[in-house]
Amino acid sequence: MIVFAYTRDLLLGLWIVFKRTFTKPVTVQYPEERPYLPPRWRGRIVLTRDPDGEERCVACHLCAAVCPVDCIALQAAEDPTSYDRRYPEFFRINFSRCIYCGYCEEACPTYAIQLVPDFEQSEYARRNMVYEKEDLLISGTGKYPDYNFYRVAGVKIRDKDKGGAENERPPVDVKSLMP
Amino acid sequence: MATIVVDNRSYSVDERTNLLAACLGAGLNLPYFCWHPAMGSVGACRQCAVKQFKDEHDQRGRLVMACMTPASDGARISIDDPEAKAFRASVVEWLMVNHPHDCPVCDEGGECHLQDVTVMTGHAYRRYRFPKRTYHNQYLGPFIKHEMNRCIQCYRCVRFYRDYAGGRDLNVFGSHDAVYFGREQDGTLENEFSGNLVEVCPTGVFTDKTLFHHYTRKWDLQSAQSICPHCSLGCNTTLGERYGIVRRVVNRYNHQVNGYFLCDRGRFGYDYVNDDGRMRRALLRPKHDRVSQAKPEGVSEVLASAADRLRRARGIVGIGSPRASLEANVALRSLVGPDRFFLGIGERDHRLFSTILTILRTGPVPSASLREAEDSDAVLVLGEDLLNSAPRLALALLQSVRQQPMKRADELKIPRWDDAAVRNVVQGRRGPLFLAGYRRTWFHDYATENYFAAPDDIARLGFSVAQSIGTDSPSVPNLSKDVRDRAHRIAEALIRAERPLIVAGTVSGSQATIEAAANVAWALHLAGKHPRLSFVLPDCNSLGLAQLGGGILEDAFQSVRHRKADGVIVLENDLYRHADSAKADAFFDAAQTVIVIDSFDHRTTARADILLPAATFPESDGTLVNHEGRAQRFYQVFVPEGDITESWRWLRDLARMTSDPAEKLSGAAAWQTFDDAVSGTAEAVPEFAKIRAVAPPAGLRLIGQKIPRQPERYSGRTAMISHLTVHEPRPPHDPDTALAFSMEGHRGRMPSPLIPQFWAPGWNSNQALNKYQDEIGGPLREEMPGVRLIEPVATKAPLWFTRIPLPFRPAYRRWLLLPLTALFGSEELSNRSPAIAERISEPFISLHPSDATRLRLEEGTAIELALQGTTCRLAVRLESSTPPGTAGLSLMHEMGFAQLPTWVDLTESIKAERRVA
Amino acid sequence: MIDWGRTCLITVTMLGGLLTLASLLIWVERRLLGIWQERCGPNRVGPGGILQPLADMIKMFTKEDWIPPFADKVVFVLTPAIVVVTTLMTFAVVPIAPGFIVADVNVGILFFLAMSSLAAYSVIVGGWASNSKFAFLGSLRATAQLISYEVFMGLSLMGTVALAGSFSLTDIVEAQRGLWFIVPQFLGFIIFFIAGLAETHRAPFDVPEAEAELVAGYHAEYSGMKFGMFFVGEYLSITLLSAMIVILFFGGWHGPVLPPVLWFLLKTSVFIALIILIRGTWPRLRFDQFLSFSWKVLIPLALINLVVTGGIVLARNG
Repeated sequence: MIVFAYTRDLLLGLWIVFKRTFTKPVTVQYPEERPYLPPRWRGRIVLTRDPDGEERCVACHLCAAVCPVDCIALQAAEDPTSYDRRYPEFFRINFSRCIYCGYCEEACPTYAIQLVPDFEQSEYARRNMVYEKEDLLISGTGKYPDYNFYRVAGVKIRDKDKGGAENERPPVDVKSLMP
Repeated sequence: MATIVVDNRSYSVDERTNLLAACLGAGLNLPYFCWHPAMGSVGACRQCAVKQFKDEHDQRGRLVMACMTPASDGARISIDDPEAKAFRASVVEWLMVNHPHDCPVCDEGGECHLQDVTVMTGHAYRRYRFPKRTYHNQYLGPFIKHEMNRCIQCYRCVRFYRDYAGGRDLNVFGSHDAVYFGREQDGTLENEFSGNLVEVCPTGVFTDKTLFHHYTRKWDLQSAQSICPHCSLGCNTTLGERYGIVRRVVNRYNHQVNGYFLCDRGRFGYDYVNDDGRMRRALLRPKHDRVSQAKPEGVSEVLASAADRLRRARGIVGIGSPRASLEANVALRSLVGPDRFFLGIGERDHRLFSTILTILRTGPVPSASLREAEDSDAVLVLGEDLLNSAPRLALALLQSVRQQPMKRADELKIPRWDDAAVRNVVQGRRGPLFLAGYRRTWFHDYATENYFAAPDDIARLGFSVAQSIGTDSPSVPNLSKDVRDRAHRIAEALIRAERPLIVAGTVSGSQATIEAAANVAWALHLAGKHPRLSFVLPDCNSLGLAQLGGGILEDAFQSVRHRKADGVIVLENDLYRHADSAKADAFFDAAQTVIVIDSFDHRTTARADILLPAATFPESDGTLVNHEGRAQRFYQVFVPEGDITESWRWLRDLARMTSDPAEKLSGAAAWQTFDDAVSGTAEAVPEFAKIRAVAPPAGLRLIGQKIPRQPERYSGRTAMISHLTVHEPRPPHDPDTALAFSMEGHRGRMPSPLIPQFWAPGWNSNQALNKYQDEIGGPLREEMPGVRLIEPVATKAPLWFTRIPLPFRPAYRRWLLLPLTALFGSEELSNRSPAIAERISEPFISLHPSDATRLRLEEGTAIELALQGTTCRLAVRLESSTPPGTAGLSLMHEMGFAQLPTWVDLTESIKAERRVA
Repeated sequence: MIDWGRTCLITVTMLGGLLTLASLLIWVERRLLGIWQERCGPNRVGPGGILQPLADMIKMFTKEDWIPPFADKVVFVLTPAIVVVTTLMTFAVVPIAPGFIVADVNVGILFFLAMSSLAAYSVIVGGWASNSKFAFLGSLRATAQLISYEVFMGLSLMGTVALAGSFSLTDIVEAQRGLWFIVPQFLGFIIFFIAGLAETHRAPFDVPEAEAELVAGYHAEYSGMKFGMFFVGEYLSITLLSAMIVILFFGGWHGPVLPPVLWFLLKTSVFIALIILIRGTWPRLRFDQFLSFSWKVLIPLALINLVVTGGIVLARNG
């Protein structure tokens, strides 16, 4: 009889739930116990530096473009001391809008913007969730210790002339007629 | 029309085009590099390969370059054919072999045709593992940034620069896989159209250096249509703004006007908007104290004070401006009344403008749009230095000289888009282009014949050309044989042509040249030709202002001098540019109240009691009438900071506050939105009735939505101002147009003036334009190219101009001072842009070598010249093109041309100079 | 003769006990649900989180007490009081132990049914007074639900009344001295239990406040302590329902060894726990299925139960 089958299922459900009385909760008691966060956890956003200690961000605007909540704003500028080395004049992330999706990190061509395993970003005032470049920029290389965009890219910077990047030939002598 | 079959679907296309243009016009995606709609095909890059089949039974087909294959009827091709696809992918792979890994720091990134094509062909993985070739870059001046590593050798830059724009200092160097596009050595690119390299280059070799200084990606630019305010041609531009700074200007295609290209003044002159010296607050000076600094006050106090003073004034005169929109001028006219509205131009300009208007209004010959100028096959330019006063017209004429020789290509059945073949046929041959002027530029190298003479002599040449064409026109007495022969040759060439064009202008200040041009055109008309006339005017709205009608500056001065009025409202005008400084000083001294509405400080604002900050072009909406009589709309791009408001709104507020509160508001006082201003303007003068049709009204909604000025990918919406407030206020409301300051709204087909910027899926570069045309190189879909306000009248016998000047005679000790405009330096607004300022040459005076010998002057000597109450220091230049007995004065920005030409005693100034020495 | 002093004492004890119990239930329910879902539940405030209701109360009292501008203000304010008052009133007729009763009226069951019907008004009127769509939808559902379940709730009890031969709750408990009515009235118990759950809007019959669809249903617009009163009212209703089940079907205070009060509390606690377990287990019913279940299944069953019981009683007595 279908009614009995239903009744049995209902009671079985009750029994299964009731059995949980005798199991240990899975809850992690957060402030006292801290969970392990894997290195690729998508938490707070940082701006990293390249192995030479220079800012990695070249203000390409890709992170801002890809951001689904449009919470990244920046302005490109040139470093007067090293011509052609572009950097962000300001770089602002409004964390009160950020959804930690990590698209910015995926879009970043220079590994500058990285999400780190830190989620403790509670504030009492929303304006404190607005991070400027000073707040974002760290002094290390983050997850990618070796990459240096300017060693690969063909543009000239202060201490690297044309042809000085990895896998480049010296600049062409236009006046040469050699085959 | 021809029917072609692409991937088993048939399309109806123009058989005069090639397959590439046909496919693009049909909305298909086909990658290309070296082809350009304005420059034709050379088949160099091999990127547009498609497979062509003999007939429907042909299964094998063969690879052809679409750009080199005519779109003949019944052509069967396949874009999606695997072999063609593989071919195109490998072409991109080869091109990318040496491409540097620098898109993140490349200014072209995000609007790069190479990026688009690479994505389109599917090349995603780099297999080439050997070292990359590199180049040194060159310094190319303040406009263009050079990054040779990115080059893919499409040759578009040199084809544009040398073949299309007549430049000489950019070329290809080197050999084999190391060719180099640049100058022979570092230096400024000299051509007046070098800025177009930014758009012509499919990748980031040539980028906009002014943009580089405040770089923003294309997707972050809030954009709208604008009209270039830097000369009278009215080229369409697209301005981009972010964070309250205008970031750049790019060309905006208008089939009838500027087509694909702009001049450098128009492209790089925008930075005046970002000037630190901008007036941003409404300022008030203490009563009758024009020496002390004006202090910022609240807008309401300033307006109240202004209204109070105006109410108590004996009478108010309003001074309009040729660089303010029609709406602002009409608002001023409505505030002060038509009889107290003055045009803000001097007697000379007024006379010239009126003559031009009379010719266009009553004559049988229509004015020529830039496109028609490009298509004309014989051109006579009387007295105008086009390269410096209307450069885009000069570029059009550079194309017109190819019209006649290209007929040979037609005879040989070579399609006109086949650029290399056509150029082979044309060789050095050029169609008739006759230039008469008093200053030589490189443009004159392209002329059939040049004639350097004083304006009166130029006019005489014109009149005698008219006489040679038709016997009715008045005869010219005392003609020298040389001039008569010359006139005869010109007349013959013009008669042989199908679409002759006569160009004259106001720069020389000679009414006779304008009248002579009209006589020539009318004579051609009577001879059964279809001639066109083109008059170059000094400012972006000169013709519109003249159409509006009103008194001249001197009349305004007089009414204040005669105590008929003591209140003055000056609209966006520096009177010192249009009048003698002593007269202007006396005028301001006599006036009790001077209210100036403008964006910048200049000598007129220094005399103001009340200063109201006016919105510049990208900060306001308005209508301008270009040299052709075409009314065009420019749109507000962004909302400015501070008290800055559109001039018509300031005037509206003043009109409201001064009107009788008991009466119903009328005229400008009743205007609420820009549409009211347009309606008010349309009613002001019968000729303006058509300006309602210039652009869609503010109430236009497409699928119930406004059109967003910001692209879909506009970034930073929630972070741009979060350092000031985290509360994300709603975007500014725009009651004036169908555009919105937002990312949200309709994206799809729309009337062309409302297109914020050209973009299509997969086409991020300006080449997305192809997606907005049904026929490549033709009009945009739903194009609203402006409205021509003046159309010719078919009269049987035109009223010939008969005042023929006497031949020019040099005077003893006195020289006729002729104005020389400069592309960089003569125009008020663009001068304030740092990049343009860098290109402004030192002020100079040009003399014929024989005169210089007489004066014992050498090249480079400095002299001081007193003119219009100002003394300027000038370097002497010896130029054989300067007619003997005249001297050319380069125009400095603080000086108007109003008083030129005039006779000066150069010996006096030289004496003064020697005394100083 | 009424012993006023004794009655007052019992009343005060009951009131204090009930309100404490109701607020404690807030913690108990969350804790139990936590355990059954392998979580902890509130465990931070006080030992084992027992002071959580206190913290909640402080929060409730200090929250902005907002009356929506579009609401019918007087009715809006009155409504939460109705819930609590009607439920507390019902406890007047609940016999906890022999003699431990506020008012031993001889129509206790009828009084209980009357009061639970009155409580329904709070839901209906609260939703109406809120003047917002979710609240209104919630109260519409509540109305339909109450009309449906009120009917057989009474019917399901008539078997018990017939067996006991009295409407007095004390008499009914006394009548179970030998055999708890759960045995002869098993069907009646099941129907009453279901109807009771529906009457208190508990899962799986909490459609009037279904948060997934209606935000919070009839009390969506309530905040601060007014919401708190709805909250407390719900726990009072659970307690009442459990108490009634114990009295009507499980012999009330009867039990060996332990004193009657303890027996009563113990039995009541079991049913409270059972109601919470049901909430933790069974999903919410779809509203139309739930109504048709009531009219097409439960009412016929209740009638059958009544007829059969009546027949047996008649046969035995006759």
